[in-house]
Amino acid sequence: MANKTIRVDYIARVEGEGALDLHVRDGRVTSARLRIFEPPRLFEALLRGRGFAEAPDITARICGICPVAYQMSAVHAMENALGVKVTGQLRALRRLLYCGEWIESHALHIVMLHAPDFLGYPDAIQMAREHGDAVRRGLALKKAGNELLRLLGGREIHPVNVRVGGFYRTPSRQEFASLTEDLKRARDLAVETVRWVTEFPFPDFERDYEFVALRHPEEYPFNEGRIVSSRGLDIAADAYDTEFEERHVAHSTALQSVLKRRGSYLVGPMARYNLNFDRLPPHVQALAREVGLGQECRNPFRSIIVRAIEVFYACDEALRIINSYEAPEVSAVPMEPHACVGHACTEAPRGILYQCYRLDGDGSIMEARIVPPTSQNQLSIEEDLREMATRSLDLADEVLRDRCEQTIRNYDPCISCSCHFLKLTVHR
Amino acid sequence: MTKALVVGIGNPDRGDDGVGPLVARRLVGRAPRDVTIVERAGDVLTLIEDWNGYDIVMLIDAAAPDGRPGSTHRIDLLTTELPADISLSSTHSFGVGNAVSLARTLGLLPRSLVAYAIEGANFEPGADLSPNIAAAVEEVAARVIAELGAMNDRRSTEAAHA
Repeated sequence: MANKTIRVDYIARVEGEGALDLHVRDGRVTSARLRIFEPPRLFEALLRGRGFAEAPDITARICGICPVAYQMSAVHAMENALGVKVTGQLRALRRLLYCGEWIESHALHIVMLHAPDFLGYPDAIQMAREHGDAVRRGLALKKAGNELLRLLGGREIHPVNVRVGGFYRTPSRQEFASLTEDLKRARDLAVETVRWVTEFPFPDFERDYEFVALRHPEEYPFNEGRIVSSRGLDIAADAYDTEFEERHVAHSTALQSVLKRRGSYLVGPMARYNLNFDRLPPHVQALAREVGLGQECRNPFRSIIVRAIEVFYACDEALRIINSYEAPEVSAVPMEPHACVGHACTEAPRGILYQCYRLDGDGSIMEARIVPPTSQNQLSIEEDLREMATRSLDLADEVLRDRCEQTIRNYDPCISCSCHFLKLTVHR
Repeated sequence: MTKALVVGIGNPDRGDDGVGPLVARRLVGRAPRDVTIVERAGDVLTLIEDWNGYDIVMLIDAAAPDGRPGSTHRIDLLTTELPADISLSSTHSFGVGNAVSLARTLGLLPRSLVAYAIEGANFEPGADLSPNIAAAVEEVAARVIAELGAMNDRRSTEAAHA
């Protein structure tokens, strides 16, 4: 056997369209490429010439699963440009909206997309025959997240209520009444989900990643913080370009992002958790310890546990925010446009999402840049695949193919965002 | 007590895809007062949670064109597999058919589950409703009201005989 090829033409259970090609020569993996062939979306060009206030509504259309992340990075970048700071209850409402997105996005990925890999089912519908309770929990969690989005965002997909400076309409305290009971139930379901995923069989696999996430002086990060890494990076969002760069690679319509001096890095739940464990409330830390997660996780297959811990945290944080909520006097902070540049990074469910805008004197967008989390994780995914395949070459092609797909799904990749699912080809 | 839910599914900003929500809006104030009417933008997975606790559920959705834009199909989802050419599909490959299969497996199907599918013609962003589809809105609304009314009558008769 000199050469062998394993191919997955369309990877299932990810967002968007991509493929995987694995080349093996003389028992050695010579290349592992995540081919992203979904057509480019061209959002950055589409934003040029539009008013600064339109950015949150336009960027929300990039993704049906994480529209809030696009809206949040857009509004923070605009506010950074225009010198405005949103504080108090408006800031808390943004954090609450983000809790909703993490809950619905993570619950979908954990239960419907990723869990079938560990339990050996082709999809969640088949899995539901034996694991009905777990699937019911996932659906109820997703619904709790969606309800938060519906109330704060105006609708559950592509919310319409977010504006630069705040919201178009802020809810009254009474409007949260029915949500509180749903979120209390969701918090209990999240704990059960953490315990369920902890029992999965995990491959023994770790790599020495550079983790990159936001870090805030007091909070587990959603909207704000410095960009930090496990190897000493510590910068504000406006220095993003000094440390990171995006590269074209021939096999992908999405740009691949790297750290200029060090190459690949990992963003998302595992990075956030490892860099911010001390920012989680003691009872969330206690649950993580109880299920054996520890303060650090380097096995990407165990990221499903981290995601479940984050769902628990997001339910808990949402309840905390709602408990101390008082309707703000104004729904948005006013601002006057002028020529300026602004940057922001926020924590999408899949990791940091960077945006930068240059505005003209009348507030129209001259230049826009958007770096989604999946572009940042692409190289790490390929390195995981190469390492995983190298260790698993004795497996039958079909088993190897499944393991490779699972490796990709560890990242909950949003390919539509990055360009932006999967087709695996192994060439042996 | 029997509870009924009508769900208008679709995106009003995508031409004929908005027909479901438009029918739902046409029902407000005309459907029996105890019927819950909601609009959903297309996250089909959450339908199962939406219909939890309801006995009668009607889904109104646009369907891919099959040569006769504006023609309507009433499909009993408890007894009929969704025909392949009437795909009430959504993004990410999880459509209404999948939601029904999953709900059946989980034991979360309502007692009655009917879909009204309206064949669309144009799903372009920002487009108006095509004339044929606009004409179908009132027709479907009237059929849904008649069906809900007939169910109410049956419930009253059953209650009287109970």
